[in-house]
Amino acid sequence: MAELTYREAVARGIAQEMARDENVVFLGEDVAKAGGVFKATVGLLEQFGPKRVLDTPISEQAILGAAMGAAMTGLRPIAEIMFADFIAVCYDYIANEFPKTRYMTNGQITMPLVVRCGNGGGARFGAQHSQSVENWCMQFPGLKVVAPSSPVDVVGLLAAAVRDPNPVVFLEHKSLYATKGEVPEGEIVDQLGIAKILRPGRDATILALGMMVSRALQAAQTLQSEHGIDCEVIDVRSLVPLDTQCILGSVARTGRVFTVEENPRQLGWGAELVSIIADESFYDLDGPLVRITTPNIPLPAADALEDLAIPSVSRIVDTIRRALSA
Amino acid sequence: MNVLMPQLGETVAEGTITKWYKAVGDSVAAGELLFDIETDKTAMEVPSMAAGVLREIRAQSGQTVAVGAVVAVLAQSGAASAAETAPRAPEKTPAPAATAEVSPARPPPTGTAGQQSPSAASPPVSPGTGRAIDPYHGLRTPEKNFGKAMLPNGARITPLARRLAAQTGIDLATLHGSGPRGRIVAADVRQARPAGGAVNASAPLASPEASFDQIKSLYTGTPYRELPVDGLRKTIARRLSEAKQQIPHFYLSSDLDVEALLRLRKEINETGANRVSVNDMLVKAYALALREVPEANVVWAGDRLLQLAHADIGVAVAIPGGLITPIVRQADTQSLSNLASELAGLIARARERKLQPSEYTGGSASVSNLGMYGVRSFQAIVNPPQATILAVGAAERRPVEAPDGTLRATTMLSVSLSVDHRAVDGATAGKLLAALRTLVEHPLRILL
Repeated sequence: MAELTYREAVARGIAQEMARDENVVFLGEDVAKAGGVFKATVGLLEQFGPKRVLDTPISEQAILGAAMGAAMTGLRPIAEIMFADFIAVCYDYIANEFPKTRYMTNGQITMPLVVRCGNGGGARFGAQHSQSVENWCMQFPGLKVVAPSSPVDVVGLLAAAVRDPNPVVFLEHKSLYATKGEVPEGEIVDQLGIAKILRPGRDATILALGMMVSRALQAAQTLQSEHGIDCEVIDVRSLVPLDTQCILGSVARTGRVFTVEENPRQLGWGAELVSIIADESFYDLDGPLVRITTPNIPLPAADALEDLAIPSVSRIVDTIRRALSA
Repeated sequence: MNVLMPQLGETVAEGTITKWYKAVGDSVAAGELLFDIETDKTAMEVPSMAAGVLREIRAQSGQTVAVGAVVAVLAQSGAASAAETAPRAPEKTPAPAATAEVSPARPPPTGTAGQQSPSAASPPVSPGTGRAIDPYHGLRTPEKNFGKAMLPNGARITPLARRLAAQTGIDLATLHGSGPRGRIVAADVRQARPAGGAVNASAPLASPEASFDQIKSLYTGTPYRELPVDGLRKTIARRLSEAKQQIPHFYLSSDLDVEALLRLRKEINETGANRVSVNDMLVKAYALALREVPEANVVWAGDRLLQLAHADIGVAVAIPGGLITPIVRQADTQSLSNLASELAGLIARARERKLQPSEYTGGSASVSNLGMYGVRSFQAIVNPPQATILAVGAAERRPVEAPDGTLRATTMLSVSLSVDHRAVDGATAGKLLAALRTLVEHPLRILL
């Protein structure tokens, strides 16, 4: 088994699907000749040629518009929006066009496309290039939202997203591009809507996504060794569709829930999850549902401030310890 | 799956089936033609929405049926959709068997899924494993309630602890909460359980109230009628039980000379259009006394006191089947005639059970008068969250010793004050009663 970086896994996943299906094309700003500003798409132009791997002008609307047209006419495009924050520039496609076309044409036109983005903070990119925008995307019926936390999930979930007949927003985490993980040889295809229990536990369930997954795991380790609190850590992976079977099953075992969210608190993805849990699992709850989030602020560029804003391992540990013992 | 008569235009209400392409028992593919219809405006072919076997034709060729009516029944092949039967991804890492063991309280699922429709079979409370639902399309809020989140003694219980207690028959009132701020958590219920059946057997005895059957057994052989207890009666029973058990009461009594007050009332009623009663004058006097002793015009609010700016006085009113205490707002600043007419209105509407909740909640004190029954004196139960209640007896002629040592007859009234000691101490209550006495015995002050 080879060890790959998260950024190498992106190229591996795209290459796997482009090699399998000649209808898969890839477009975005600086993705071809430059290999991507995060170097996540190195080698694809050389392997698949300029007809299938395209550098575009700096126009997010043009990128998504072209991808939509390609999807409508039979291709399976993968479009890159360099920073997830720029989704706001081309929001009409995300909000009104992609998710509704299949419905409005009574299924005559499907929208098999993937929008890849560099999401999240921790890289000192400031308020307009560091946001976690899962909740910008998960509110539209018809749009799927996936956020992998490890290289193997990048490959498998990207393959599942490309093969899905519906539009999928695929949120890669910028600060994870350099992280490494084992990726098996051969074709890897995962499934959308499946969460992963990365650490079983009996006292509390921690729901995390993207960069917060490794912090939740570290926090769980500290809580176990220093405070005797045994946490179950779930990598939610896919917000739409959502693996309620896994999440509610865990809640039924532990009775306590903590979300760890990088997004600002206001209407973050965890708000929707705790609302579902409150509805479905009320009589499984042995205490309040607790959300650990970035406060409701624009992310600062200064390193010390950004580190304070985004949930840290120690903040996760403290919050859970206090909630369980206070 | 029911096959319905389609809507063929906004103004079309019914359609006639002109031809069936399939017979009962035929298998049908999705999109395959099923029947033809004709309306007064159009004719069209209707394809099947789903694949399956035609089980029943309810509207034969030539029949006219309303839009939306069932014309046929289709048994769908492979009713379980791919999503329901698809296996879980194999690479899932949890050890569900091992983790499931930590939750021994989970009842085993009952019944077989095949006997009921999925929605009817799904319990309101989760089984040990989670449920696959589409959370963005529909949620199943629990339909069953496992009791209140707070006990009468103020202890709070988590939802899971409530469910476990209800399912195992444990009386939560017997538990001590070990959770944050004394919350009763699941662990408290689980620890209370080892006794198993013994807990269940002793539960009724642990309850302070004897059961209906136990009480009935004491009266076998005695003729009686069973009278239903309505909501009003239940509320009175609950509130007064709580008040008498939880409020540390103390009582002060005094005899008031009401000779002057009765004289003044007579004058008022002879001259004015509005008649006033002794009770109206006592309510007004008590309100003024509370204003003079503001430290008694308070309400116990758990971790602090509320000192009210005005004296809103509740007046206990007997009504059919119980009693209620409407509140005279700002009795301290109202004129006596206003107060009298407002109180008369409140009492009339109380007897018709037409009071709004805002008309009988609040206030810091009440007056209860049983003088019309010849009761000399009695102690009333404080009406929470108020802090005091004044119990008024009958005015009666009594001999008293005059300042010069001679005996004379005058009209006396016995009152007793019941006080919530959490909010008001004895000396304060004594000052309040003294202020009331001064006002009553110098009744012009009531009119000032």
